[in-house]
Amino acid sequence: MRHFSAGRLIGILLILLPVVALFSLTVGTVSISWLEALGAIFGNASSAQIDTILFDIRLPRILLAIFVGAVLASTGAVMQGLFRNPLADPSLIGVSSGASVGASIMIVTAGGAIQGGALVGLSLVSIGAFVGGFLATLLVYRLATSGMGTSVTTMLLAGIAIGALAGALNSLLSYFSDNDMLRQISLWQMGNLSGASWLKVSIMGVVAVLLMSLFPRDSKALNALLLGESEARHLGINVQWVKRRLIALTALGVGVSVAVAGLVGFVGLIMPHIIRLMIGPDHRWLIPASGLAGAVLLVIADSLARVVVIPAELPTGILTAILGAPFFVILLLQQRKDV
Amino acid sequence: MTMLAKDISLHLSGFDLLRNISLEVEAGKVTAIVGPNGAGKSSLLKVLTGDIPASKGDVYLNSRLLNQWPLLEKAQMLAVLPQHTLLNFSFTADEVVGLGRIPHQTGIVKDQQIITEALELVDASYLQRRFYTQMSGGEKQRVQLARVLAQIWQSSTLGDQFLVLDEPTSAFDLSHQKLTLDIVRQLASKGVGVVMVVHDLNLAARCADNLVVIDGGVIAAHGSPEIVLTETLIDDVFNVKAIISEHPITKRPLVIT
Repeated sequence: MRHFSAGRLIGILLILLPVVALFSLTVGTVSISWLEALGAIFGNASSAQIDTILFDIRLPRILLAIFVGAVLASTGAVMQGLFRNPLADPSLIGVSSGASVGASIMIVTAGGAIQGGALVGLSLVSIGAFVGGFLATLLVYRLATSGMGTSVTTMLLAGIAIGALAGALNSLLSYFSDNDMLRQISLWQMGNLSGASWLKVSIMGVVAVLLMSLFPRDSKALNALLLGESEARHLGINVQWVKRRLIALTALGVGVSVAVAGLVGFVGLIMPHIIRLMIGPDHRWLIPASGLAGAVLLVIADSLARVVVIPAELPTGILTAILGAPFFVILLLQQRKDV
Repeated sequence: MTMLAKDISLHLSGFDLLRNISLEVEAGKVTAIVGPNGAGKSSLLKVLTGDIPASKGDVYLNSRLLNQWPLLEKAQMLAVLPQHTLLNFSFTADEVVGLGRIPHQTGIVKDQQIITEALELVDASYLQRRFYTQMSGGEKQRVQLARVLAQIWQSSTLGDQFLVLDEPTSAFDLSHQKLTLDIVRQLASKGVGVVMVVHDLNLAARCADNLVVIDGGVIAAHGSPEIVLTETLIDDVFNVKAIISEHPITKRPLVIT
């Protein structure tokens, strides 16, 4: 038996998300009370300093966490459905490994220009990451597409091959970089939301809304695809179109996420998995519930990242795995007990 | 109306899998395809349902080229049950059968009613809320059968409906084999054209109006079971010495080996 009905879980997450977001506003190097935070939101901040901290630093960061978390987890659910593999994640289509090479190239070649040399408010690293991710996905997709359509098995293998190649390129770039670059590369790969700006939030927000509004029309197709591609075709699904659309949307979503927040691992792989264990594999509920849960997880992780080593900060990506992994293990143990 | 294969051939990676096959599947009739392993039975079904395009020849569904039907409309007329379905996500039986309703816009209430009835028909009501991943082989096959039945549960305004089954009874015990044949006959009497690959010649003889024998990618014989099933044919095609008798009750041919 399933432990949760889908509607109930989504309801709980919808209540939980604003609560954790508000909580997140109150934590950090400067602690602000719930009342002060609520007051500031409704337009009467107790001081200009608090106003700045809330609206210029914390709020964009929380919104970025919500959008990135939602995009990573929902695209994870989509990829697991498309590949019919509960262990697939968005990185399988090459987007993360490509992005990571793009970012490393920028860090190593552009060096000092990164801090100052911002192009329309986005760093060169972000742009490098997005372009790298886009090119890698395109390559993986091309490799797997023939006259007969796109083979997800070939795509999986091509993704692994491109991933390995990207790993090697990354190591090569790391090998030739100095200490400062090395630190930047590794920090970037851990995933970090500290660079949040309103510009990044708006771009990420548009992408998140776009994905969340387009995914529902393909949820039934994804359900049918779990049976197999030929079975889905016999149920009236244009499989090739669905694949193309979902891969493009995932590449866009993950590409932009990685560009603004680096490689935040775990959310895309485990969050849909956890939600599926709770409410089952029906994508009509799985995708929105995963998105909400990913947002909640990333907001909590980022809040903790800001306070565990005050006055310094931890990269957010470290916290997502530390928080999510034990929860996942508990769920697995519970499943085992039920069976 | 019919499902019609006109002089089709299929070459894949240098092999001739099917050669010059013409086949007409009539609505309201049951057509059984038999033949030795590797004779091309599944390939024929794949060409007939549009999974693989024929190298030569055309396939028609209700007088229109199969690949010219919009996918959704085709799905409302033609349901296909493959030999194996690899589904390793924990849908409940209810949800799997519900997938068969994807091509239709009949609403949740009607769909749920059809799902319940389809599961009841295949003797799988008790599985309704169980997880597909935890069922036995025979239970899974029954749930998949219910899924394709749900897909063509109501008649379509577009044309006659067809059901294609690839070895539907392979995992079934005696009672469920019989149940499947009863369901197939019942569908035919409602006007659905059924094509199925079966291995058991007696099962085929008992329920088919037309028997098609495939051997080495060509049709070795076709017609009513009484005409097709002869001792010479079984020797030629299967290399087995058999005696053809008559079933004492159904009066259908009975193959004794």
